[in-house]
Amino acid sequence: MSADTSKARVSISIWFFIGISLLVNGVVICGAGVYELIQSPPAEVRVVLYQYHANVWWGALLALAGAFYCRLFAPSRDKP
Amino acid sequence: MNPALLTASSSTLVHLSPVDLAIIVFYFALVLAIGLYLKGRANTSEDFFLAGREMTAWIAGLSFLSANLGSLELMGWAASSYQYGILAAHWYWIGAIPAMVFLGLVMMPFYYISKTHSVPGYLKLRFGEPSRTLSSISFAFMTVLMSGINMYSMALVMKVILGWDIHFSIWVSSVTVAIYVAMGGLRSAIFNEVLQFVLIWAGALLVPILGLVEAGGMSGLRARIIQNAGEAYTHLWGTMGSPDANPMGIHWTGIVFGLGAVISMGYWTTDFLVVQRVLSAHNLRAAKMAPIIGAAFKMCVPFIVILPGLLGWAVLPFRLTGEDVAVATGGHSYNEVLPLMMARYCGPGLLGLGVTALIAGFMSGMAGNVSAFATVWTYDIYGALLHRNASDQQYVRMGRWCTIVGVLISIGTAYLVMQFASIMDYVQALFSFFIAPLFGTVLLGMLWKRATKAGGFFGLLAGTLSSIGMWAWVKVDHSALRYIAMSPHAKDMAENMYRALWSWLVCVVVTVVVSLLTKPQPVEELKGLVYGVTEIPQEEHTSMLHRPVFWAAVVLIVFVILQIIFW
Repeated sequence: MSADTSKARVSISIWFFIGISLLVNGVVICGAGVYELIQSPPAEVRVVLYQYHANVWWGALLALAGAFYCRLFAPSRDKP
Repeated sequence: MNPALLTASSSTLVHLSPVDLAIIVFYFALVLAIGLYLKGRANTSEDFFLAGREMTAWIAGLSFLSANLGSLELMGWAASSYQYGILAAHWYWIGAIPAMVFLGLVMMPFYYISKTHSVPGYLKLRFGEPSRTLSSISFAFMTVLMSGINMYSMALVMKVILGWDIHFSIWVSSVTVAIYVAMGGLRSAIFNEVLQFVLIWAGALLVPILGLVEAGGMSGLRARIIQNAGEAYTHLWGTMGSPDANPMGIHWTGIVFGLGAVISMGYWTTDFLVVQRVLSAHNLRAAKMAPIIGAAFKMCVPFIVILPGLLGWAVLPFRLTGEDVAVATGGHSYNEVLPLMMARYCGPGLLGLGVTALIAGFMSGMAGNVSAFATVWTYDIYGALLHRNASDQQYVRMGRWCTIVGVLISIGTAYLVMQFASIMDYVQALFSFFIAPLFGTVLLGMLWKRATKAGGFFGLLAGTLSSIGMWAWVKVDHSALRYIAMSPHAKDMAENMYRALWSWLVCVVVTVVVSLLTKPQPVEELKGLVYGVTEIPQEEHTSMLHRPVFWAAVVLIVFVILQIIFW
């Protein structure tokens, strides 16, 4: 998966960009979910299966995956 | 402009929160940043059009699949699965998997060894300039129409879901794609496609998971579909014995031979939009593995596309209808099933990611079309017909301009596409015009050394003209459907399947007959192009886990198991 990072002309791997994307989106989504936990919306505007708080655990999952990819494919790791 | 589609929803389905908008804005910023970052790495024609031929099997494979995840895959097939039931999954399984494996194991070596830049380029090497010209012009025509479809679909989604102005959406999305493809070429398109692939899964996967929870698992889902729609909606093959027994009005021969053997083979093995991604692989093994990796992921896509459509029957408290009925009654149409399901389960943040997944799907499809168009135009029309002695820098310059011009033409075609009531059926009709005969020509070219230049050209021409002729015949006289699709009750999709099959047969028969009547080509000219006279590197010293043929077998076994489970 990391062969593209070995090319001198492309020093930042696509997987690093993907890590950034997942990390940022995950943190934002998880944060929005936590805010909903603290400040519950009125029942009439809640989504179906609101009680599972999908945005909290799904956001956390994305953030973890993103952090892992950012760490694994960080540009600094390619430098001598 | 189709007023039915544009007035499909007077009020928006969902309202985005600032968090959702931030996620969408971040996505646009990131794809532009990737394009900007890769701008300095597209200086030669090999860099710009083939990403320097340095992509790994994983990147080429995911990009290969992502380029296909346009309007068809998300909104279109979710709508089709609500309309036709699980039959829509045929387009992901028999309509893709065998063809992708065939591309990897059989056809890719010839594309890769011949070092062609494009599929029309292969036709030039094998059948001469006239075949390349015919193929490149028809491909360029088809590609800009496809791109227009993508733009239109995205704008429609923005209008229906968010209430955004349809024209504003077309221009914002297309200008973004034009910028990042024109800056970084195919490498930028591929990088963004891989990113888009991940975002599509991240944004769309939650809907079927929560949908299954609400429906009571697979057994609960099946019971509700049978109750609300009928048992025919739950069978993949069981109702295919008669066209009258299934919602699509198609016989199994149409699916197996029309879709599985012709349309899917044609699309996945000769449509340069997808083949171009594999040509960017850094070696032959990666080029063979890329379609197989793509096939493995393709088998999973119904989980985020077909399942939400089926869940619509199980959990939505109202029935979805065709576009015209929805407008007349103020209800919702099939095309809205995926956004409706997203709005049902996705709260702040998740909704933004879901909408980003839709936008990403549309943009990857659009970028795929535009980059393929730029390559075919530059190499096979500009370089072959208009400026034969162009320098490498002129090719790159033309590629960048072509990307921009291609986007502008696509914007024009987006408005034309609005004339058609069914996006899906229209796209399938286009496939059968150009792709099915092209598959016949390329297949014979690769596997039959007796095929001659004249045979290839006239076969391709006859196949294309016969397909257009059959389509026009049914348009003028609808009763002709009983001859073309073998049933007067056949739906548009069934008609497209059979038309593709007949046009492929016409192409093959004409190619064979003309070839046998003309002088054979010397074997020396066919080296590197045709099976039997080309030395293909063997893999006997490679471990089993690194052999494409091993993973192809795994993919095919899983494919067969899926057919049995959902029979």
